[in-house]
Amino acid sequence: MSRYLLNKFLYTVDRDPDLVERYRDDPRGTVTWWEAERANQILNCHVPEASTWLRFDEIEREALATHDYVKLFELGAHPFLTLTLFIAMFERDDPEPLGFQKEYARRLAHFSLPYPDIAT
Amino acid sequence: MATLAAVIASTHHPFYYRASTAQGEDRPPFADEWVRKITAFRETLTRARPDVLVMVGSDHFHQLWLDNMPQFLIGKAPFYDANWYNEEREFGLPRMVLRGQEDLSAYLLREGLDAGFDLAYSNELRIDHSITCPIITLRPEADLPIVPVYTNIFAPPLPQPKRFVQLGRTIRELVESWPGDQRVAVVGTGHLSLELGGPRQFGPHGPDPEFDRRAVEWIASGDLEGCLSEVTLDSLHAPGNATHGFMDFMLMMGVAGEGAKADYVDTLDLFHTMEAYFTWYPDGVPAGGDQGTVTS
Repeated sequence: MSRYLLNKFLYTVDRDPDLVERYRDDPRGTVTWWEAERANQILNCHVPEASTWLRFDEIEREALATHDYVKLFELGAHPFLTLTLFIAMFERDDPEPLGFQKEYARRLAHFSLPYPDIAT
Repeated sequence: MATLAAVIASTHHPFYYRASTAQGEDRPPFADEWVRKITAFRETLTRARPDVLVMVGSDHFHQLWLDNMPQFLIGKAPFYDANWYNEEREFGLPRMVLRGQEDLSAYLLREGLDAGFDLAYSNELRIDHSITCPIITLRPEADLPIVPVYTNIFAPPLPQPKRFVQLGRTIRELVESWPGDQRVAVVGTGHLSLELGGPRQFGPHGPDPEFDRRAVEWIASGDLEGCLSEVTLDSLHAPGNATHGFMDFMLMMGVAGEGAKADYVDTLDLFHTMEAYFTWYPDGVPAGGDQGTVTS
């Protein structure tokens, strides 16, 4: 299990306007591409100096590929990263101000303290 | 030596900029009261006549990332570009450029290291809304040079609350020993109870009004002992999953000093989270201004 890699996906997609749209429109394809091409890039290093060992497990890959933010919360993805990216992708579809954010909270309502660990 | 002209602690609400500039149907019903409170709060900095601002905040996974995460970091650069694409996207925040006060950055780094804080530094730092929100609320001219101080309240493992307080005390000592005659204000922002990306987010109030009430009391009365006796890294999960940002308020209590009663206190109960504004004048309440809002 790699909370770090989940977070890295959310972080690198959220900061790139094109990737935000690509992930919204084609989540499974974007996750497959990202894991093959981007997961091992060290963000502050020259591209050939990449890591060799980072990969999702099946549950993580499926959570990302299905936009399942409830599962991401359960897996301990950083809640700020998940929230920010999912607002960027889906707030526009809800006619009510903060409607998406409130629905997001409702869908997490079955969680009680302590929440899943987010330490990486 | 420099003068510590004001110590200011505040929440940083990224929605303020959009709420305060919206017109007509887009303007939320709470905007006018919010603007009134911010305008009064702004006066508490203006009347201190600062030359330099030390700005305490926390990067929200913008430039600082999990492959290389500092606990406490000081910016040392001649300029700081500010705000990020996802802050424009979500909050409508403008791009900004702030000047840096590099000699004070160098002083805080050297002396801070020698005082027992192994501070990280950055010579090219793009700052985010934890620092630009208080610029927008307290000094919208954005005309003063700054020293950014970033803390990790976000990516565990985090430093203990007492370290935030100790760093605040050290920042005060160093500002007051900085050679020169500049007037320095230390401005720091954090959170009261807050939930982001969890089931208690975006409620009609902050997720834990009782924590907020007690937190405001600790800060306003300078009750560091009481605060430190109750606040732990574990306890901060209970009021809301992003409440570790309260440790930046604790840092500012360290700057203000044990038992230092705030000279100005105000709050605003908003949806999602409570706003809170505090100002101390270590050198005495400055004269002037017609606000009449300073309480002592």
